[in-house]
Amino acid sequence: MTVPRKQVHLGAHFPGVNSTTVWTEPDSGSQIDFASFEHLARSAEDARLDFFFLAEGLRLREHKGEIFDLDVVGRPDTLPVLAALAAVTDRLGLVGTINTTFNEPWEVARQFATLDVLSGGRAAWNLVTSPDAFTGANFRRGGFLPYEQRYERAAELVAVARALWDSWDDDAVLGDREGGAFLRDVEHVGPHFQVRGTFPTPRGPQGHPVLFQAGDSGQGRDFAAATADVVFSMHSTFEDGRAFYRDVKDRLPALGRREDSLKILPATSVVLGDTAEDAAERARVIRRQQVSGPGAIAFLEQVWGVDLTAYDPDGPLPDVEPDVGNADITRGRVRHVKDPRPVVAAWRARAEAERLSIRDLVIAVTSRGGFVGTPTHVADEIDRYVQQDASDGFILVPHLTPHGLDDVLATVVPLLQERGSFRAEYAGPTLRDHLGLDRPAEGRAATAHLDQQPVG
Amino acid sequence: MTVSPRSTHLGLDLSDAGPHPEAWRTSGSEPHRLFDPERLRELVDTAQRATLDFVLFDDAFALHTSRNTTLRGRLDAALVSARLAPRSAGIGLVATVDTTHTEPFHVAKALQTIDHVSHGRAAWQVAWSTSPQVTAAFGRKQVQDEADAVAEADEAVDVVRKLWDSWEDDAEIRDVATGRFVDRDKIHRIDHEGVRFVVRGSSITPRSPQGQPPVVVRATSSPARAFAAHQADVVRIAVTDRADAAVQRAEIRAAAAAVGRDPDEIRVLADVLVVLGGTAAAARERLALLDALAGDARRPDGYAHVGTAAELAATVEDWTVTGAVDGFVLRPAALHTDVDGIADEVVPLLRAAGAFRDTYPGTTLRDTLGLARPASRYASAIA
Repeated sequence: MTVPRKQVHLGAHFPGVNSTTVWTEPDSGSQIDFASFEHLARSAEDARLDFFFLAEGLRLREHKGEIFDLDVVGRPDTLPVLAALAAVTDRLGLVGTINTTFNEPWEVARQFATLDVLSGGRAAWNLVTSPDAFTGANFRRGGFLPYEQRYERAAELVAVARALWDSWDDDAVLGDREGGAFLRDVEHVGPHFQVRGTFPTPRGPQGHPVLFQAGDSGQGRDFAAATADVVFSMHSTFEDGRAFYRDVKDRLPALGRREDSLKILPATSVVLGDTAEDAAERARVIRRQQVSGPGAIAFLEQVWGVDLTAYDPDGPLPDVEPDVGNADITRGRVRHVKDPRPVVAAWRARAEAERLSIRDLVIAVTSRGGFVGTPTHVADEIDRYVQQDASDGFILVPHLTPHGLDDVLATVVPLLQERGSFRAEYAGPTLRDHLGLDRPAEGRAATAHLDQQPVG
Repeated sequence: MTVSPRSTHLGLDLSDAGPHPEAWRTSGSEPHRLFDPERLRELVDTAQRATLDFVLFDDAFALHTSRNTTLRGRLDAALVSARLAPRSAGIGLVATVDTTHTEPFHVAKALQTIDHVSHGRAAWQVAWSTSPQVTAAFGRKQVQDEADAVAEADEAVDVVRKLWDSWEDDAEIRDVATGRFVDRDKIHRIDHEGVRFVVRGSSITPRSPQGQPPVVVRATSSPARAFAAHQADVVRIAVTDRADAAVQRAEIRAAAAAVGRDPDEIRVLADVLVVLGGTAAAARERLALLDALAGDARRPDGYAHVGTAAELAATVEDWTVTGAVDGFVLRPAALHTDVDGIADEVVPLLRAAGAFRDTYPGTTLRDTLGLARPASRYASAIA
């Protein structure tokens, strides 16, 4: 008997609003039409992937006070897209990013319970915690949340949502014409939320939707260890991945959790070729497409804090000094650097030593790795990462909409299946089944337990 | 095609098991499937076969205020509409979304997305809440009276419509030569600074197939009627008879004209509770059974048709031909019984009389309702 191999978990990320999505290719389709979402979801399900992953944005990004127009702009609303995908898929998990700052627990708990019911137990919530006033300007409360309170609010929001999901017993809907449903009231009073009442939505097949979390700070890792079922990480190199994996998993025993109750799934990209050289050349071409000339200048402007449009992207780095005070030149996305001066100095040195143009440099400093090679090589690598605890699998981020994962699903996934590292069939109907996660204890017992705990 | 000036508009309320609180207890109701999306899909299929204008889902943040022996429990109506969109065509999907506790920014992008997914079949029934229970569930506002909640709904619709207009139709240009994905001069901040909301914009979601999905308002009170006249594309009225309907329709049209709107761009639909039977006596027996289960005769306000399919078809034709209403929102007392009766008996009679379409006139709900697609208010500002 051989020891069963650790199983690889794979998700499909829908490419949209980010600097890696190449929209200039003739093969690039719509990031809005439902047909694009349907294609990626159906092909992911045909390949038996664990889930489909959708990001969210609540304000259009701005650069120098205007809408940033060099990347894809615009996207549909997360949860309605996932609800629609529930109609055209049967098993695939449906993961939606929903902000914990600009939503209320009663509403968001109800939406995810609904999605779980409408999908037959495939809903997951990726919690993000942006508190910024820029995004807040689209909401009636505005940018009300101090940065340091973002995880406090998120934790309380999740605690309330869980209490609401637990307020219906699994068998609350009797379906007995002589009887009827009986429910129990939920009450919660905390620093961020005062919530009381009878929750209107039945408990979904999973009990609780699966919770994803993507924070990387110490606070974010603590929050994930305490709360999440899956960590969506950015640590996609082997050694970095192993360190992150160990750090997060080591936080679990003290919280009474088993290691396998929390999956760590980095985002990664895959570039395939018939040979290693062929794949490397394709990867180089893709990087050139991802970093256009104007895109390279805009990237530098985010670091310099000054207008650099007069500079040639194929020429040397700007000779002007950065404006340290102008931290908000780009809004609506994570800043690249806190203090630009040492970064600028290092980049100048590197560009000079390696004879790099602005665009070459930006390509060099924004490359995040990912797997490049033949399908066999990439399958080997994915399996190595998982068997050696650099991750529990990957969220695959393609650079093209909607066909960007077609080749990976057709070639790499079957190789993983042949190795016995990836399922050939779904073991059960729910996302919890795919991820090997326990179903939370039902209603009354779980809620009684929660009543005893401080929240937040 | 049989579209004529005499053609009526018909919506179908698919909320719960039917508006009668005991509908789920009668035979054929399949109570174990009340939250099953496939059950809803089957009902939508039936409505689509009958080329009804739209199906409609009520919603609220509170559980129904009824006894535990009656149907309780609700799914989010916007997500239900989205779930039904890919497996339907032609028929409009009207989702109820609250404005008292929901952010207009969230409402705008949710409805735009359903419109994208359905290729132009989304609509929004605007709801507001004066309930202390819902206020407590959110815990961040004081209880509002109806006038206040409706005033807030009116402003929320303003915000949402501005967000729907915030992208011009051709904002996405994919200009490879300059590297610009959009023409940012065609994406507009709304900069709404009103009484209740300050919202910057733009929507994150590009303009949807209908530009603005139709807005449906139930004109159930004096503030709601004024709001409907100001904002609604489709107005639902509760009526006692044809004469009452005619008076209400005329009042709404006059009130709309008074605020500068074209009354012909508004559809006024009367709510009717539908209890069908092979004979009038059989229909009355069905209703008596439902009332007996409830222990009393509670039912929605307004006109009820308790009788045969032929009688209902005659009423629909009569009220439409005489201009009392533009159509009806049919509220089948028990979905599992009366939806089939509407599709298989009432609609064929109306079609035979030339009083209802036998195909959809276009692809969008605005096409079906005969409502023009609005231009973005910001487009003209540029020109």
